[in-house]
Amino acid sequence: MQTSTFDRYQSGDSPIHHLDPRVKVIITVLFILSNALIPDGVWLGFFLALMLVLVITGWAGLTWSFALKRSLIVLPFTLAAVTIIFSMPGSPLGIIQIGPWALIPTDTGLIRFISIMFRSLLSVQMAILLTATTPFPDLIHAFRHLRLPQPLVATLSFMYRYLFVLSDETTRLLRARRARSASLPGKQSGGPLLWRAGVAGNMVGQLFLRSLERGDRVYQAMLARGYTGHLYTLNPHIMQRQDWLFAGLASAYLLFIQVVCRIALFY
Amino acid sequence: MPIVHSETANQSQSIQQQLSHADGTPTLLVRDLNYVYPDGHKALGNISLDIKKGEKIALVGPNGAGKSTLILNLNGILKGEGAIEVAGLAVEKQNMPVVRALVGLVFQNPDDQLFSPTVFEDVAFGPLHMGLPEAEINKRVQKALTQVGMSDYVQRQPYHLSMGEKKRIAIATVLAMHPKILILDEPSSGLDPRSRRQLINLLHDLHLTMLVSTHDMLMVRDLFPRMVIMDQGRVVADGPTEVLFDDVTLLEAHGLERPQC
Repeated sequence: MQTSTFDRYQSGDSPIHHLDPRVKVIITVLFILSNALIPDGVWLGFFLALMLVLVITGWAGLTWSFALKRSLIVLPFTLAAVTIIFSMPGSPLGIIQIGPWALIPTDTGLIRFISIMFRSLLSVQMAILLTATTPFPDLIHAFRHLRLPQPLVATLSFMYRYLFVLSDETTRLLRARRARSASLPGKQSGGPLLWRAGVAGNMVGQLFLRSLERGDRVYQAMLARGYTGHLYTLNPHIMQRQDWLFAGLASAYLLFIQVVCRIALFY
Repeated sequence: MPIVHSETANQSQSIQQQLSHADGTPTLLVRDLNYVYPDGHKALGNISLDIKKGEKIALVGPNGAGKSTLILNLNGILKGEGAIEVAGLAVEKQNMPVVRALVGLVFQNPDDQLFSPTVFEDVAFGPLHMGLPEAEINKRVQKALTQVGMSDYVQRQPYHLSMGEKKRIAIATVLAMHPKILILDEPSSGLDPRSRRQLINLLHDLHLTMLVSTHDMLMVRDLFPRMVIMDQGRVVADGPTEVLFDDVTLLEAHGLERPQC
């Protein structure tokens, strides 16, 4: 049983942990929207956004670099935007010669690329804080009560529930293979690459079939308890004063960032 | 405090009304039930069974005898030919929501049965779909979990529990629906001796009509005064457990063993 492999939740007793999950989801989404609206090259805006991330990190009782470290995982994806440096029209910064090709980076391109990187890093950091301070079941509740489409929420909920089961099943399959992957002294173990690839393919197929059958059984178990196609839910959350307060302050701050950015654009 | 979604509230009355009509004997009646799987494999042939209120019955037989298929027919998940009545109510499409509340079905693998993120939500799933009011749901969840001795586990996540704990919570998920009959598919499989003993004590203490499919002959002897033996899709014997256990030829013919000690 590997309980911590997928669970990103850091248990704690901070004010952020106790916030209504709906507030956290909404503020996270607003924060991402706000990042998207910060104009290219307005570094002050990104700095203000980073401040919010750091304040919330501190409030949640996490080390200040917590979200930063974990957000580095998105860096490879932002590299997809690297072509912007060379494709945006602007004043050239020099020439990079690669064999017969010449790449010309432009200043506007570079500024836009760095801005995109900041936007995605900051957005991911807030999402990381959200999952680190909210237990997954609470997140699912929040989605449900924010009227996210039912099938989507159900899929997420089942994914979370069966991710562990699936990973255990994979572990068992791999273990079973390893247990029979013997070798005789003096002979090389394992067949040719193609054969081994075939075995791996069969295992993936096995896993798929097992999941499919499990899906059937889970559905039967749901039918047996009266499932008719609608998922109902009880909600253990009610908005408290501090929830409204946090939601208000955070939205005001996001608005402030936007205003500052627009003003900064004039200078 | 929890809030119930408004759309559930209107269902509750009709189900309650129908349930009060559903008081009658026998608790379960099966007449000439036949079931053929979609691939043409004949799984059940002319099954007839009467279960009176309060009876605890063991359903035994070799693997592939059709026990699980029969169980899935009893609350209409599989639909065979023949008549099934639960507390006087036919297992037909129009009665299905009520039938599913009357028949509490506990699946063999608790990982199939427990599909919600938390124990509370899993136990509340049945009552919630019956459209009960919120206070009643909370009461039922607490009571069902107390009945199986798991009341401290409300906010736990099902995956992180032991097999024995999962089994007991799986039983709580159907107890919360207040079924007329409890049907369990191999409840003691995969349990260590202590968990198995706890489960047997639990089943012993539950005053409910019960049909339990099992290979655990010692449990059959300890718990169930009546035994139904199935083989190759048919009921081959149905009678007092003591009497059937003395018929060694019958037991051996169907791959069963008389419990020692």
